[in-house]
Amino acid sequence: MTNLELKKKIIALLQRNARMSDVEIAERLLSETDTVAGAIKELENEGAIIGYHALVNEEIAGGDEVRALIEVQVLPDRDGGFDRVARVISRFSEVRSVYLVSGQYDLRVEVVGETLQQVALFVASRLAPIDGVQATATHFLLKKYKESGFAAERDEVYERLKISP
Amino acid sequence: MKFMSASKSHHERHHWVAGHIAGLPRSGIRDFFELVSARDEVVSLGIGEPDFVTPWSIREATIYALDQGHTSYTSNLGLISLRRECCRYVQSEFGVDYQPDQECIVTVGVSEGLDLVMRAILNPGDEVIYHQPAFVSYAPAIAMAHARPVPVHTREADGFVLSAADVENKITPKTKALLLNYPNNPTGANLGEPEKAALAKVAVKHDLLVITDEIYSELTYGLRGASIAAYPGMRERTVFLHGFSKAYAMTGYRIGYACGPHQLIDAMMKVHQYSMMCACGFAQEAAVEALRNGRDEREAMREEYRQRRNVIVKRLNDMGLPCSLPDGAFYVFPRISDTGLDSQQFAMRLLEQKNVAVVPGTAFGEAGEGYVRCSYAASMTDIETAMTRMREFVNELS
Repeated sequence: MTNLELKKKIIALLQRNARMSDVEIAERLLSETDTVAGAIKELENEGAIIGYHALVNEEIAGGDEVRALIEVQVLPDRDGGFDRVARVISRFSEVRSVYLVSGQYDLRVEVVGETLQQVALFVASRLAPIDGVQATATHFLLKKYKESGFAAERDEVYERLKISP
Repeated sequence: MKFMSASKSHHERHHWVAGHIAGLPRSGIRDFFELVSARDEVVSLGIGEPDFVTPWSIREATIYALDQGHTSYTSNLGLISLRRECCRYVQSEFGVDYQPDQECIVTVGVSEGLDLVMRAILNPGDEVIYHQPAFVSYAPAIAMAHARPVPVHTREADGFVLSAADVENKITPKTKALLLNYPNNPTGANLGEPEKAALAKVAVKHDLLVITDEIYSELTYGLRGASIAAYPGMRERTVFLHGFSKAYAMTGYRIGYACGPHQLIDAMMKVHQYSMMCACGFAQEAAVEALRNGRDEREAMREEYRQRRNVIVKRLNDMGLPCSLPDGAFYVFPRISDTGLDSQQFAMRLLEQKNVAVVPGTAFGEAGEGYVRCSYAASMTDIETAMTRMREFVNELS
């Protein structure tokens, strides 16, 4: 296995379970713990892995934050396209994610706040006035069903036979 | 009406059961299952089916078939759409060309396919050679067709690969067929090209029929070559058995298929027609979806099995239970004889002392003595827990 192949497989495993130990990864991939630890360090240093976070079901965890998806229409710059506006938006701590998308609007921005008003105020006073932003539409998130490949609600456990041929 | 004496009635009842059925051994797995089921909190590596649920697109196709009212019988041979997909798949993955209208039959799992082929080909007194350790149904399926199962032992030193010379030594004028199962349950062994070629030669030389149960074939971790059916002189003497249970996690659907020369499939069809009629129709439709769109999910499951295999093999070797890296299926077959226990004792004590279930090798025939089967079709958490407890168990023995 080349270093590149190893890194690809490590990424696939960490995307499914970022808490997987270096030991387990090494055993799964028939590699060595040190090799795996080194490859992960490299992935982090080169910016291929930008961070780790827990996927949370707020309904159970009891979080009371308000989240919204904002569709943002942008007038692209002559040189930088959408990048300048996207970067400005990304820097706000209230902004959880920013994607350039195809379709009827340009940027899909996820914003988090403590209350509905706070999010709405952020959009009106910080986001909308940015030079290049032409229009926004705010969609508050009501319920999460799935995120990053994980279902928010678990199926009931169905037990197989404990022994079968 | 007068009642007969207790002893006489017992005696008479004994004779109600056909001799060749009364003579069948109880499955060793069955007894062990009762013990395991009576306990709580058992971590089981004794399960011979995927721990994944059937991929959603396949379940969704099942629901759609029901929604559309597809609840009737199908043709005895099975849906032609499914037979077409099966033959296309067998051609591309196993290198053998079969005609969907004449050379393919949909069965209720490979289990039924096995029963059909035995009943279709065997006369009383015929002999069928099979390799041991083996799936629990093989010898009984042969015996139920009034024929004699002839085991050939495979050895750890050969990686549990069947030796053509050993097969040849067991051939008599009564030998009718050779039954193969690679990748193998319970050892995880697989056949390479040279071994397949050697076995094919023996089959041709002695005019044997070959029945090849390839239910685990997608779960091959090295290179998977052509089926033995594709070797010279083999197509006309091979019945290829396959199904959806393992590769697509569809055990409960009970869908398998058999491909072979028309004459044999036609004979199997007669048995099937009069005993089973047809396999479940909406399950057949689900199988069509599996072959058309199930590839990615299948490959993802295979990759996960491969990685779990790597983990479990390392842990077993580290704790002093030697096993090589098996090439297929989802089983490892570590040698436990160095502990001083036999297979049954090892499995029983491990269950009683550590609440971990593995299957004694002897459940797969006497050739399994000295080994236990550990299935890695279990969650990584269960594998980790089981390995930790097994290590404690082995340490406490020495």
